[in-house]
Amino acid sequence: MIEKALKGSRGYWAWVALLLVLIGLGISAYARQMSLGLGVTGMGRDISWGVYIAQFTFLVGVAASAVMVVLPYYLHNQKAFSKIVIVGEFLAVSAALMCMLFILADMGRPDRVLNVLRYPSPHSMVFWDVMVLNGYLFINLISGWAVLGAEKKGVPPAPWTRPLIYLSIPWAFSIHTVTAFLFAGLPSRHLWLTAVLAPRFLASAFAAGTAILILLTFILRKVASFDAGQEARNKLAVLSAYAGVANFFLLGTEFFTAFYSNVPQHKQSLQYLYFGLEGHAPFVPWMWLSLIMGLVSVGLLISPSIRRQNSWLIAACVGLVLSIWIDKGVGLVIGGFVPTPLEAIVDYVPTATELSVTLGIWSIGLLVLTVLLKTAIAVKTQE
Amino acid sequence: MNQQRRDFLRKAGLGALAGIGAAAGMLPLFALEKTDMTVFTDKPVPGKVRWGMLVDTRKCREGCNECVVRCHHDHNVPDFGKSKNEVKWIWKSRYEEAFPTASKQFQSPDVENRNVLTLCNHCAEPPCTRACPTEATFRRWDGIVSMDYHRCIGCRFCMAACPYGSRSFNWQDPRPAVKELSATYPTRERGVVEKCNFCSERLVKGQLPACVESCAGNALTFGDLNDPGSELRKMLAANETMQRKPELGTLPSVFYII
Repeated sequence: MIEKALKGSRGYWAWVALLLVLIGLGISAYARQMSLGLGVTGMGRDISWGVYIAQFTFLVGVAASAVMVVLPYYLHNQKAFSKIVIVGEFLAVSAALMCMLFILADMGRPDRVLNVLRYPSPHSMVFWDVMVLNGYLFINLISGWAVLGAEKKGVPPAPWTRPLIYLSIPWAFSIHTVTAFLFAGLPSRHLWLTAVLAPRFLASAFAAGTAILILLTFILRKVASFDAGQEARNKLAVLSAYAGVANFFLLGTEFFTAFYSNVPQHKQSLQYLYFGLEGHAPFVPWMWLSLIMGLVSVGLLISPSIRRQNSWLIAACVGLVLSIWIDKGVGLVIGGFVPTPLEAIVDYVPTATELSVTLGIWSIGLLVLTVLLKTAIAVKTQE
Repeated sequence: MNQQRRDFLRKAGLGALAGIGAAAGMLPLFALEKTDMTVFTDKPVPGKVRWGMLVDTRKCREGCNECVVRCHHDHNVPDFGKSKNEVKWIWKSRYEEAFPTASKQFQSPDVENRNVLTLCNHCAEPPCTRACPTEATFRRWDGIVSMDYHRCIGCRFCMAACPYGSRSFNWQDPRPAVKELSATYPTRERGVVEKCNFCSERLVKGQLPACVESCAGNALTFGDLNDPGSELRKMLAANETMQRKPELGTLPSVFYII
């Protein structure tokens, strides 16, 4: 089936070539990081995680959001999702792959990564995260591929795919819950030490992930003449809108608890991110952009007459994805380290090396997604 | 002697030799290099000993940095200055930095400006060991929170988990930044986390930790927290002391007299 990805238009190959160039850039930056150490990044003793872990966190959400098409299609028999289900599953595969690559890029000793399996430590949330992320990648790849293969042959999918797909539904919730637990169980990082972190992760994931899926259907319609259907898009837009409402509601509760209780430790990170702390305010414009853009986008998506107009739908989806990316892919992880355990305020600026590696990993993910979707669409349109 | 018989004898001989070799490995009596069995006779009882320290900040001298210098020298801690790549095992902090949740209004200027020695607390309930995915950091039988530099994957979860900023990562190769190489402790590689080990390499030889030994003002008292008769426990009973961020339930083994 994969051979179908080897036949494409000029535009297809130009896109693949661009991704390969960016992957090359990423690999050369990673080589520099490998030879000089993680000191070439903006991370340091105080802000000990940066862009890599932040991208990882955002992308776990994207991976988990496949459930927003799998669940309605397989559990509720929503036929509108029949063409988009495979897009969701393959998006999950590429996002889960990027998650693992970001973790590897962040490790000081990636050559020892198998120690996580050699010395399994159930008390560590990382151990569970490695388990569920790998599991999720393979569940989606195997079930998506098998169903697609059956479609190619014109036969019903093998009976074992069904339980596997059902398994992927709770599994999607588990990957993002465990990812939230990576953060929410650390005793003195007060931005993360909150019980609503896991629900908020799920809400923001379902908002941003479904918005990405909607955007993907528009891209596929334009570049591959493959339309997943207006009805599917409309249904996804509603899901995205209400997940967005839940996300901003939960963010609001964080603000209430921190500022009404007036407990300094609970306030400080939020102050640093949204208002600035002791003259340090590098994220303030970004966080307000995220908040305003996110609220406006959710407002647009809620209104039925607006979301039915494709140009508004696209704008709202782009706004919501960017909003959540800033919030989760930048602010949440870095803001959690400020102030430090010794009450210092340290600013973090990613380096060019770090950003190149990040771009490279995104490109690998996009390449895998491109190849998988190219295959899927070729099968579906019987090219 | 026919060929078969010769083969049999040769194989049997080799087998016997291998057997003696294996036995020599297993039974110390036959060993060519004698194993020091006394090490195994006092097999440590987990939880019996809990090493701890009391820092008397009143005795800590202004401008003196002897303990920091001595510790960092003995453990080959690299010196990257005050950069983001800094590695430190023990250092001086201001009172407000060491006890951010115990700060108060109208603090006496003396306390406000006082230097407080900060190091790993060797918590009885360490959040770092809980977060570690490979048991590369673990709590020893004697309460010391230790590091296995050969197992650490450099994920830095322990650093995010530590509420005291006591852990450092080797962001670059530490060896060129070790000024004077010490033979008392191994150097580390790039990409792993390190921290104070309460001088476990000295304790095993019956010596006090380097910082305690080097303190001219006798500001540091080291001992067994589980032994009610120890000097440390007597001092804890006789003085009003503090632990850093006690509200987190980590049960630090380092105490402070302010």
